[in-house]
Amino acid sequence: MTTAAEARQKAPLWVRWLLPKDAPLYQRNDAVIGWLMAAPALIILTVFLVIPFFMAFFWSFTNQRLISPNPTEWVGLRNFGRLLNVQVFNLEPERDAAGHIVYEEGAIQYPRLRTFTRNNPDYPHLDGLREFTSWQSGENRTVILVGDVVFLRALINTLIFAAVIAPLQGGLALVLALLLNQALPFINVFRSVYFAPVVVSMVVVSLLWRFIYDGHNGLLNTILGILSFGNFQPVDWLGNPYTAMPALIAMSAWQAVGFHMVIWLAGLQTIPASLYEAAGLDGAGAWQKFRYVTWPGLRNTAVLVLIVITIQAMGLFVQVDVMTRGGPLDATQSVVFQAVQRGYDKQDIAEGSAISVVLFIIVFIIAMVQRYITREKE
Amino acid sequence: MRSLSFENQQRLLIGLRYALLILIAMIFIFPIVFMVVSSLKPDMQLLRDSGSLRAFLPVGDISLDNYADAFERVPMLQFFFNSVFTTVVSVAAALWLNSMAAFSFAFLQWRGKALVLSLIIATFIVPFEVIAIPLLMVVNSLPWLGPGGIEIGWLNSYHVQIIPFIADSLGIFLFYQYFRDLPDELVEAARIDGASIWQIYTRIIMPIAGPILATVAILKFLGMWNAYIWPLMTIRSEELRPIMVGLQYFFQLNTAWGEIMAYLSVVTIPVLLFYLALQRAFIESIATSGIKG
Repeated sequence: MTTAAEARQKAPLWVRWLLPKDAPLYQRNDAVIGWLMAAPALIILTVFLVIPFFMAFFWSFTNQRLISPNPTEWVGLRNFGRLLNVQVFNLEPERDAAGHIVYEEGAIQYPRLRTFTRNNPDYPHLDGLREFTSWQSGENRTVILVGDVVFLRALINTLIFAAVIAPLQGGLALVLALLLNQALPFINVFRSVYFAPVVVSMVVVSLLWRFIYDGHNGLLNTILGILSFGNFQPVDWLGNPYTAMPALIAMSAWQAVGFHMVIWLAGLQTIPASLYEAAGLDGAGAWQKFRYVTWPGLRNTAVLVLIVITIQAMGLFVQVDVMTRGGPLDATQSVVFQAVQRGYDKQDIAEGSAISVVLFIIVFIIAMVQRYITREKE
Repeated sequence: MRSLSFENQQRLLIGLRYALLILIAMIFIFPIVFMVVSSLKPDMQLLRDSGSLRAFLPVGDISLDNYADAFERVPMLQFFFNSVFTTVVSVAAALWLNSMAAFSFAFLQWRGKALVLSLIIATFIVPFEVIAIPLLMVVNSLPWLGPGGIEIGWLNSYHVQIIPFIADSLGIFLFYQYFRDLPDELVEAARIDGASIWQIYTRIIMPIAGPILATVAILKFLGMWNAYIWPLMTIRSEELRPIMVGLQYFFQLNTAWGEIMAYLSVVTIPVLLFYLALQRAFIESIATSGIKG
């Protein structure tokens, strides 16, 4: 008579490899069939998702181009170095032979930046950098020099987009959910209508909203004009660097808010009615009920909603591609739009891949923070 | 002024509540109404009307001319067929492969399962655009058995639009969550009765997976029907293009806005109908999967 462990030892290697560590041999059927049933999906995911992902990761350390006469070379962290290079530089005023500051028409004169950033052997760390922004500090000018102005703009825009849309869309979704969370006739009709934009393609939505945001006779200007009795000055919403990003945020929230409303609704329905009754007996008003009964019951839903919106927001692309192409004045550049533009349009695969990897790392950190926050509660 | 009786106050409150709900509904629906109404108007009138509330009213010179013109400009029936074909095949294959994998994760024991499952969840956070270019290189070097023997490269085909998207980690995860919460006795009882694993999957589990099948079907349907960037990158022949790519035809030379609106309506209305048909199951299972996720 053999024990289960001995039987296991005698089994062929591949059977032992498939079986869970302490599982008896008679479960080998389960293990083999289990593996076979999962294999088709896993193979497809590996070939079309995991391998491309690692290719992007690999290329981000090379100078790969889509079509190039030269062989691909390993360049280490150079792509990341350029993307993420930020230097603070103090520009001192121009002085004459006597050491006095040179003024011209009352303004302090400074040497041209390019004398430091172009082939200056004294400032090798500034070579090839460009001005991102600058401000006056005393008699000096503090200049922020970066390796890639457009990418940094895109990164900041994307972070702002995510930071604004997460609370905005999450909050609006909660308000809608609270409105719908009552037993009125036809409430499901409203729920379906609020959800409808979610199923419409973002390409279609973006094209439609180009009409709404149009500067000449766009619908938004029309409606605001009527509501203000003609006192509203028409705005070219997508053509103005100050309104383009808020316009994208508003449209994106409009499109997706129904999705998160449904998640909030589900969270609301897990709160037992008896809690509200008890609070009512204690004399709690509507706000107190929300503050002390509803909100504590929604903590986990809140984390989930915020994280999902944030991760989706970091992938901002279609809206930018269809509506603004990153303009005006780079006001709506986004990280993914830059990755696609460089990797596909300019065929600089290495740079596009490096941008993708930076994005992935940021999203990964956000996801880890989420895991950390939700784990603590358990 | 007399104060309202309690009942009248209640009625007023409910009336206000409905007024608010209807106002919000209008915010969500006005671009869609605008799209359909505009598709019936000639360009000149469309642009003139969008400066007033007439934009939402089917008034003036109303006709289906834009649809006729759009059909003439774009081989719409061919594109429509292509989209229906790639979508239907993908949805069917996705339901099968993803549910089968999830069944394995939920009910069968094999080594490395936990690791694979957490890797699948990790892939949620990779946006598609990030892998689009390397994916293009991958499909360009894969073999396919064509009419003339083995050919290298999948570009310009139906399968390049379908196969890479059949398996998806969200689909597997949604099925897995649903299966995991089914009572264990269901499977155990069937095993004692001598059912094979395959029979348990096809005869016991799948028949009660209706709501989650509907969810995965709709998510896959939306993704495939709305596919835009990928076919733009991979499809060169007109006879293989899906419907969203047809939008490109309307931005050449002068933009024909009436035709665009007609085309957008043709693209969107099937999606809205599909959603309305399945919306109950859809909304409910998004709700349940969200709360546990």
